[in-house]
Amino acid sequence: MSENIGRIVGVNGNLLTVEFEKPVVQNEVAYAALGESRLKAEVIRVRGRYAELQVFEDTTGLKEGDRVDFTGELLSVELGPGLLTQIFDGLQNPLPKLAEECGFFLQRGRYLEALPREAKWAFTPAAKAGQTVTAGETIGSVPEGIFQHRIMVPFGLRGQLTVDGVAAAGAYTVDGVVAKLRDADGVVHEVRLMQRWPVKIPIRAYAERLRPTEPLATKVRIVDTFFPVARGGTYCIPGPFGAGKTVLQQITSRYADVDIVIVAACGERAGEVVETLREFPALTDPRTGKSLMERTLIICNTSSMPVAAREASVYTAVTIAEYYRQMGLNVLLLADSTSRWAQALREMSGRLEEIPGEEAFPAYLESVIASFYERGGIVKLKDGSLGSVTIGGTVSPAGGNFEEPVTQSTLKVVGAFHGLSRERSDQRRYPAIHPLESWSKYEGVVPSEQVALARRMLIQGNDVNQMMKVVGEEGTSIDDFTVYLKAEYVDAVYLQQDAYHAVDAATPADRQTYVFGRIVKILKTKMAFESKDAARKFFQHLTQATKDWNRAEQTSEEFGALEARIEKMVAEVTDYA
Amino acid sequence: MHRVYHRIERIAGNVITVQATGVTYRELAQVTSGQGVSLAQVIRIEGGRVDLQVFAGSRGISTDSQIRFLGHTMQVPFSESLMGRIFTGSGVPRDKGPAIHENLIEIGGPSVNPAKRIIPRNMVRTGIPMIDVFNTLVESQKLPIFSVAGEPYNPLLARIALQAEVDLIILGGMGLKHDDYLFFRDTLEKEGALSRSILFIHTAADPTVECLLVPDICLAVAEQFALQKKRVLVLLTDMTNFADSMKEIAITMEQIPSNRGYPGDLYSQLAARYEKAVDFDTAGSITVLAATTMPGDDVTHPVPDNTGYITEGQFYLRNGRIEPFGSLSRLKQLVNSKTREDHRTIMNTMIQLYASYKETLEKQSMGFRMSAWDRNLLKYGERFEAEMMDLRVNIPLEQALDLGWQILADCFSPEETGIPSKLTRKFWPKRTTAA
Ligand SMILES: Nc1ncnc2c1ncn2[C@@H]1O[C@H](COP(=O)(O)OP(=O)(O)O)[C@@H](O)[C@H]1O
Ligand SMILES: [Mg+2]
Repeated sequence: MSENIGRIVGVNGNLLTVEFEKPVVQNEVAYAALGESRLKAEVIRVRGRYAELQVFEDTTGLKEGDRVDFTGELLSVELGPGLLTQIFDGLQNPLPKLAEECGFFLQRGRYLEALPREAKWAFTPAAKAGQTVTAGETIGSVPEGIFQHRIMVPFGLRGQLTVDGVAAAGAYTVDGVVAKLRDADGVVHEVRLMQRWPVKIPIRAYAERLRPTEPLATKVRIVDTFFPVARGGTYCIPGPFGAGKTVLQQITSRYADVDIVIVAACGERAGEVVETLREFPALTDPRTGKSLMERTLIICNTSSMPVAAREASVYTAVTIAEYYRQMGLNVLLLADSTSRWAQALREMSGRLEEIPGEEAFPAYLESVIASFYERGGIVKLKDGSLGSVTIGGTVSPAGGNFEEPVTQSTLKVVGAFHGLSRERSDQRRYPAIHPLESWSKYEGVVPSEQVALARRMLIQGNDVNQMMKVVGEEGTSIDDFTVYLKAEYVDAVYLQQDAYHAVDAATPADRQTYVFGRIVKILKTKMAFESKDAARKFFQHLTQATKDWNRAEQTSEEFGALEARIEKMVAEVTDYA
Repeated sequence: MHRVYHRIERIAGNVITVQATGVTYRELAQVTSGQGVSLAQVIRIEGGRVDLQVFAGSRGISTDSQIRFLGHTMQVPFSESLMGRIFTGSGVPRDKGPAIHENLIEIGGPSVNPAKRIIPRNMVRTGIPMIDVFNTLVESQKLPIFSVAGEPYNPLLARIALQAEVDLIILGGMGLKHDDYLFFRDTLEKEGALSRSILFIHTAADPTVECLLVPDICLAVAEQFALQKKRVLVLLTDMTNFADSMKEIAITMEQIPSNRGYPGDLYSQLAARYEKAVDFDTAGSITVLAATTMPGDDVTHPVPDNTGYITEGQFYLRNGRIEPFGSLSRLKQLVNSKTREDHRTIMNTMIQLYASYKETLEKQSMGFRMSAWDRNLLKYGERFEAEMMDLRVNIPLEQALDLGWQILADCFSPEETGIPSKLTRKFWPKRTTAA
C-alpha cells in the first residue's frame, strides 16, 4: 500500500482540517504526527481537497503543516480468544497493560494490541479438509476460561469456501494460522485465531434473526415481573442524576442470567468502573462457581477520557458482543450512558458547523441511535444454535426531563422502558423505576394476569392517594384507604429491593413467581378493619414481616417460618363475609 | 526562539485573531498592550489564522499590540514553598511573597488510567450529622455544594476543610467576592491551617476569563502533592462562574450553544476537572468540594445539572441547612458498612420517615384532621430538623446514630419504623416514652 499523506491546515478542539492529495475514504483511520508520537483519528467529512478528522486524543501541540498519515482502513477491533476479563478503553487498548507501561496517567499516542500475542491457546479442529463453509461457520475451538471459544470463518469472506486444510490440534498464538480456505476464484485465505472487524458495521454471519421472546432474568423484581427484558431485546433506563441508573446496571451486571456481560462505561465516572473491576474478580458467579470476572469484559471510556473515543467505545462494545453471540452465547451489553455518546456526536457536529437540531444535537441523532440498538437481537446461527445480544442503555436527560432528543429517540426503538423517577429516589424507593410510567413489550417471568392485577392495584392506590390530598384521610372510605395501603404494600415489599443486601439484592425467577403469587393472594384478600389507624398498623407489621421474608434465604428455615407468620397475620384480618 | 507578531486582525469579545505560522494548539502567548501584559491561549488554528483567548480581557488591546508566542502551554510552579501562599488566578503572587519560578509543571494534564484507581475506602469525618450519617463524605470524592447565592456555602466549605483530616488544603476562588476571600484567608489563619494551605484566588474584580485557569492550576498542583503521598482537599468556589466564562468564550467563537447558551462540551469540560479527584494506588489522594450556585434556585439549570451527572453526589444547601432530599453521597455505601452495623438502617429509615413527615405537613397545611400516626410524624419531623439537620450540631457519627435511635424511640414503636427486627432487638432504646 502506497503512502497517503496529508497536512494539517486547521485545529479546532479535537477536529482537524487536513489537506490531502490522494484519495481518502470516509471513516478511515489516520494518524496525526506529534513529535515522535502519532495521534489516532478518523475521517468524518471530506470537502474538496480537505478532509475533516476527529482525533481520539487531546490535540494540544498540533500545528499547521503537521503530517497526517491515512491508513485506508476503517476503525476496527481485534476479535479472538483473550478478550474476556479484559479492561479496554474505547479504542480497545488494554488499560492495565497501558498502566504497566505508562504509570498512573494515560498517555496519548500510545496504542497497544488488544489481544496478547504470546499467549498460546489449545486449538481443537472441527472442520475437515474438503468441506465447504461460509463466513461465521466453525473451524475449531479453543477453551477461553469457562467457554469454548469458537474459531470461525472470518466474517468478511464472501460466498462458499472450500477448506484446503485445518491445523492439527495443538497450541497456537492468536496469529497462528489454523486453516486455509479457498474461495470461488481460487484465492486462498488464511484463518487465524484472531480476526479484525470494523466496529461500525454489524456482524451478519448468521442464518436468521428471530423475535426476542424468552425472558432474561435480571433478578430485579420490578424489572422481571413488571417490565421484563427479553434475551436479544433492548431496553433503556433514563433518569435524572442520582436516581440510580448506574447502580441498577451494576447489579444487573452481577446477577443477570446471561453467559457474558459487556460493560461499556461511556463518558461517566471512572470510579464506578473501578468498583466493577476491583470487585468482580473476588465475586463468585453462582452459575459457574467461578469468578464473575470470567464472564465480564469492560470497555471504559470515562468522562475525562477523550471525547471522540467515547463515541467509538459503544461500537467497540457492541462489536465484541456480536462476536461472542456468534459462538451461540447470550451476551448482555450494558452502556452507561448513551447520552454521553450522543453528546460526543453533538460536540463534533458543532465543530463541523452542521445545522443543529433540537438542543443542538445533530439531525441524524435518531437514526444513529436506532441503528445502534438494532445491533441487539437473537439469531439462529448457521449451525442451528442460538445466540443473542441484549442491549440496555442508560440515558441521562438534561434537567431530568424525558422530553429531550436522546430519550425520545431511544424510546422509539427499544422494547422496554425503565424510567427512573426523581420523586422515588428522593423517597429512597429503590430501584426508582416508575411503576406507572415504565413499560415493556416483552413477556415476563410471572403469569401476566397476576401482573395485571397488581398494576391495577397500584393505579387505584395512586388514585386514592391523589384524592386523599384533596379530601383528606377523613374524607376517604376505609375500603379505598385499604386499596391505598395495599398498593403501598406491594411497592414496599416487591417493587423496592435493597441493592446492598446479600439476599434481597437478587431474586431469581422462581422465587419471584413464588413470592409474587403469595402477594397477589394477599392483594385479592378482602380485609376488614375497625379503623384506618388499625389498617395502617396492620400493614406496617405486614410490611416489616414481608421485608424480613425477602431477606431470608429461600432454602432457610426462616423463610418458611416467616411465610407462615405472614399467612397467619393475613388470616386474622380476612373478611370472610 | 520566541515568535512575535504585531498585526491583530480581529478583536471580538475576549478573543483576538492573528495571522501566524508555526503556532501550536493550546500554546500560550503574551499580549502586550497599553493596558499592560496579559496571557492568552490559542483556542483555534484555521488556515494560517490563530484565535487566542485573552485572560485579562481584550479591553485596551490595539490592532498593533504585541503578541509573543511562548512555545509552551500554561504552567505553574510546584514546590513546598507554595504552602501558605496566595496567588491570583494565573499564578501571580497576591500576598507580599516572592514569585516562584521553580519546577514548572503543565496544567490540564492527561487523566488517570482507570486501572490505576482504587476503590475509595476512608470516610472523611465532618461532625455534621447530615453529612456523616446521611451522606458520608469519602476521601477522593468529588462533590459540589448546590445552593442559591446568599446561602452560607463558603463558611460550610471552610468548616469541612478545617474539620477534615487532610495534609493540604488548596482553595481555588473564581469570581470570589473580596470579603469572602478575606474570610477564607482569615479563617484558615486563625485556625492555624494557612501554613498547610495554598490559595489561588480570582476575585469578582478581576477580568472574567482569568478564572478559567483556576481549577486547572489548583488541580495540577494538587495532583503533584498527591503523587507525593499527600492527602489533598481542593475547594473550588464558585464553579458556576467558571462555566459562565466558558460560555462567554463559546459565544464569542460563535459556537452553537446546546442549552441556555452554554457550549455543547460543558459536560466534558466540567468532567475533565472533577475527574481529577482520585485515590492513587500507591500514593495520596485528591478530594474535591466545589460550590455551585444555582441561578434562580433551579437545579435543572445546565451548570448544576451537568455537575450533578459528573460528581459523586451533592450537598444541597437551603435555608442554611443541608437538605436531606436531593443531597446524596454516592460513595457513602463504600464506607458506611464499616462504621457501625446500624448506620445504613438509621440513614434509610430516618429519611423515609422524614419524607412521610413532609407529606403530613402538606396534609396539615390543607386543614385535614391529623391521625395518631400523623401526630407521631409531626413530632418526629420537628425533632429531626432541630437535632439532626441544624448545621450548628457538631457531634461524632456514633453519637449521631445513638441520637437517631432515641428520636425514633421517642416517636414510634419499632414496627412502625420498618426496621429489621434483628436490629431493633439490639439497638432500640429500652425506656420508651410511647407517643
Ligand atoms: N437500588 C438501590 N439501592 C440502594 N441505593 C441506591 C440504589 N440505586 C441508587 N442508590 C443510591 O443512589 C446513588 C446514586 O445512584 P446512581 O446509580 O449512581 O445514580 P445515576 O447513575 O442515576 O446518576 C447511589 O450511590 C446509591 O446511594
Ligand atoms: Mg450513573
